[in-house]
Amino acid sequence: MTDVGINAPELGRVSEISIETLAGPKKRARKEAAIRSFFFFAASVSVLISVLIVGSLMKETWTFVSEVDWSVTWGEIGWFPRQGLYDMPTLLVSSLIVTIVAMLVAGPLGLGSAIYLSEYASKRTRKFLKPILEVLAGVPSVVLGFFALVFISPQVIERIGRNGWLVIGALIIVVYLMLVLGWARQLVRREAGTELSTQVKRVMVLTLLVASALILIWWVNGVAGSSDPEAANFFTVKGSGQLAAAAVGVGILTIPLVASVSEDALASVPDELRQASAGLGARKMTTTVQVVLPAAVSGIVAAFIIGVSRAMGETMVVFLAGGAADQAEFTASPFDGGMTMTAAMASLATGTDSVVGEALTFQSLFFVGSVLFLITLALNIVASRFVNRVREKY
Amino acid sequence: MVASTLGNNGAKARVEDEIFGRGRDLRGSGFRTLLLSCLGVSLLVLVVLMVQVVSDGWSVLSTRPIDFLTGVLRSQPGDDALGISQGLVGSFWIAVFVTFLAFPVGIAAAVYLEEYAKQNRVTTIIDTAVRNLAGVPSVVYGLLGLFLLVKGSKYTNWLFVHPFNWFWKLFKDEAAFQGQSTLIAGGMTLAILVLPIVIITAAEAIRAVPSSLRQGAYGVGATKWDVIRTQVLPYAAPGILTGTLLSLSRAIGEAAPLILVGAITGRLAPRESVLSGIGSFTEQFADKFTAMPIVIVGWIRQPGETFQPAAGAAIVVLLILVIAMNSVAVALRNYFEKKRG
Amino acid sequence: MVEANPPIDEIAKGVRMSIDSSDMAPAAALDTPEQISADDLVFDVSDLSVYYGDFRAVRDVNMLIKRKEITALIGPSGCGKSTVLRSFNRMNDLIPTARVEGDLLYRGVDLYDPRVDPVEVRRRIGMVFQKPNPFPKSIYDNVAYGPRVAGKKKGLDDVVESSLKKAALWDEVKDRLQESAIGMSGGQQQRLSIARAIASDPEVLLMDEPCSALDPIATARIEELMAELKDEYTILIVTHNMQQAARVSDRTAFFSVQVDEANDRRTGLLVEYTNTEKLFSNPDDERTENYITGRFG
Ligand SMILES: Nc1ncnc2c1ncn2[C@@H]1O[C@H](COP(=O)(O)OP(=O)(O)O)[C@@H](O)[C@H]1O
Ligand SMILES: [Mg+2]
Repeated sequence: MTDVGINAPELGRVSEISIETLAGPKKRARKEAAIRSFFFFAASVSVLISVLIVGSLMKETWTFVSEVDWSVTWGEIGWFPRQGLYDMPTLLVSSLIVTIVAMLVAGPLGLGSAIYLSEYASKRTRKFLKPILEVLAGVPSVVLGFFALVFISPQVIERIGRNGWLVIGALIIVVYLMLVLGWARQLVRREAGTELSTQVKRVMVLTLLVASALILIWWVNGVAGSSDPEAANFFTVKGSGQLAAAAVGVGILTIPLVASVSEDALASVPDELRQASAGLGARKMTTTVQVVLPAAVSGIVAAFIIGVSRAMGETMVVFLAGGAADQAEFTASPFDGGMTMTAAMASLATGTDSVVGEALTFQSLFFVGSVLFLITLALNIVASRFVNRVREKY
Repeated sequence: MVASTLGNNGAKARVEDEIFGRGRDLRGSGFRTLLLSCLGVSLLVLVVLMVQVVSDGWSVLSTRPIDFLTGVLRSQPGDDALGISQGLVGSFWIAVFVTFLAFPVGIAAAVYLEEYAKQNRVTTIIDTAVRNLAGVPSVVYGLLGLFLLVKGSKYTNWLFVHPFNWFWKLFKDEAAFQGQSTLIAGGMTLAILVLPIVIITAAEAIRAVPSSLRQGAYGVGATKWDVIRTQVLPYAAPGILTGTLLSLSRAIGEAAPLILVGAITGRLAPRESVLSGIGSFTEQFADKFTAMPIVIVGWIRQPGETFQPAAGAAIVVLLILVIAMNSVAVALRNYFEKKRG
Repeated sequence: MVEANPPIDEIAKGVRMSIDSSDMAPAAALDTPEQISADDLVFDVSDLSVYYGDFRAVRDVNMLIKRKEITALIGPSGCGKSTVLRSFNRMNDLIPTARVEGDLLYRGVDLYDPRVDPVEVRRRIGMVFQKPNPFPKSIYDNVAYGPRVAGKKKGLDDVVESSLKKAALWDEVKDRLQESAIGMSGGQQQRLSIARAIASDPEVLLMDEPCSALDPIATARIEELMAELKDEYTILIVTHNMQQAARVSDRTAFFSVQVDEANDRRTGLLVEYTNTEKLFSNPDDERTENYITGRFG
């Protein structure tokens, strides 16, 4: 039965081999195990850091909680750490205002951008439009803080403050203008195939658009000039730097984050749904609003929650443009200066007696940090639930 | 054909209108325009922001650009020696810390999670830790740095301070780290801050490695480490590089944690020059420090608008650095995405 | 033998004892599986089952595989051919849920003995995959990959050359060894995969539908190549192409699926394993008959 081998090396092999032959060298197994433990060690650094964060927050927070006079932490008494007044509502309400206003900016703009990029933009236009968000995402928050202080506050918020109700009118005009724009686009499209000179029509339409934009700007400006500075109302700006200015800055910083998480959610909606809807004769907008958005709703909710968490944790913009330094009165108006939790922490840490301070000042830093940490952690956990829900669905 | 049976061109246009749905979908095109204008607003903001900072900084950038780069922190806005060299040097060293601490550990952690980790409790814990760390506000990392590295304590020093000094003593005689507001504290804090970003982006890049490559390598008797070394890491390298560049630019732009660990916002005793400053590593590491974003914060917070030109100019420099890094990262990603189809 | 399940018992018997080699002239040159002498026995598989988690993907595989023969695994899609093939060089270890039960002896050693290092196994039992999967490296580096990870540094040129020659690729690529392997045609890539597997100096080659992504001409070349490689290597090939199995293999194993109506679970099982000639001309099992005459699957 011996099968005479054709190639010589084969002849040398005996049929039965020992298990040691297949066990491989010990050295190799040891090396692989060592490498594996190195990688494991690197991965566990994250766990170590998490523990350290919680631990370092807890130690000083505990000191604060056990030694502070609780009556100075709750009430609308203002945040005056150097006088021993650590009023949390002052910080919480300001943080809330900043978060809400920031999300009013970042929510619609981020979601709108995401929908356009994922549903409407062709591959080519995407290539030009996406970098807008990528560059915006890279802008450091100190830069936005500067911008909020020197531009958004005087040019936007103070204007709104002076003309509160009129600005609402202007918003309505903007919406109107967008509709006109849409109509103009249709006009250009419709004429594209006919013999009439489309170039001429395009120029006419564009002229019309530019003209109406100029008129709008002129009108808003004129109204702004004529308003009576004495009549104080809800919108009246009291100092330089306001929570609203900072919040708009924070919102701008949050746009790319909301956009990218929403875009992921929209991208995970299977194309079959879109095709099915289109196959039933639905227009693009109908498909987008009634099929794609509901299908992606969990992810979009997650995007908003992550946005909220980011906006609440943003420090430098509020620190620079929020209109309060070191201490703050209680306020519930976005047009006032105020101090968020994050700004309070940055304020405590700057200055000569930064991290030493009076009595419990140093500890209050950690107390505020713990509150912020817990809120953002909770938000992130909720958001990841929503993200997982999208993953499970498709 | 249809047009001829209908007789005139107007009718043809109407039929086409109905088939192509032109002109009818006013709401649809309004919606589309609205969406596009969301991106338009972002663009507008970027443009206005750029114009604002450049015009603010122009008086400085146009008259003394080099002096500004090599100058130092001063208390008078018109001072001829005013400049950002200390900030640039600080930011440079922070980048070094991030590169040598966060990148190796982060990439290794990503390799563990993607290549080694089995579905079990330990993996879930690591995974959760990474994802939650990525969402922790940067100012909280500042608290961590403040507690561990600046204040220090008998026990916590064993984690970072003592190991670092031990390492340092291999090269120099004196202990580098006294547990104060030093560059070491700032650099380590930011390295910790970007670690989860490095892990997440690197893990994503590793996940994109086709499993056929792994299979092919295992199929001819490669060990796990062989596969990682010869297939996974080379293939994922561009993606990993993109992620590291993005996290580096994040670290360069962060201010809040540095403020918490006590970077100097005011006046910092100047060294003679940037070069002599770089010459004495140990002194720099163990000394008080500042960084680009902190320099900017310091100037913005000066009363009045006297420092606004300097702040604007410093922002222009910072933006150039950060946007350059981001653009390289994004270009790199697009190039390789395209190359690999 | 499995006692609990009568039909399976019969199948097992069929595999081990059914063949009378005098039936057919060409087959007479071959030993029936149970006649393979111990010296020539490469694999001895008995009662092998493979699970993915709780799901038993394939069960009751009993096969004896002879040295320097080509053994084909055929059967409808999803019957566990790839699963079984992967268990021959422990590639299933890479799937976290996969688990093997039963015995799989390679030259007398249980491949699933805890002391066995899968890396060592794969260096002796190479694998070629369904889709050509060249590494994004040069042609040379692709072929040299196996020897390199095995620690070989000298004489790589010779190994690369002889492997490429054996894979019938040398003449086509000898002038562009340093060019990327990604630019090659599908057929060339697959022959490169074979060269890459050969370069590790294995004894056995496992091929999982190596031609399914190739055009007929490239397929013909791989088939020719297999006939040549048979002189040196023991080859196991999974194919969905029955004609191919009939053309190239010495023995054929037919797998089928059994659907459990109760919980809608499909389990693959080895129905018949015998000399190729016999299996295609005069199968013992009705299911084999149905499959090869196109009435099933
Ligand atoms: N990685 C896996 N995890 C879980 N089930 C698997 C996996 N691979 C294959 N299976 C299942 O095992 C069965 C056999 O698959 P496979 O071996 O690929 O069949 P074939 O190669 O014959 O088409 C199928 O039911 C398939 O769904
Ligand atoms: Mg298969």
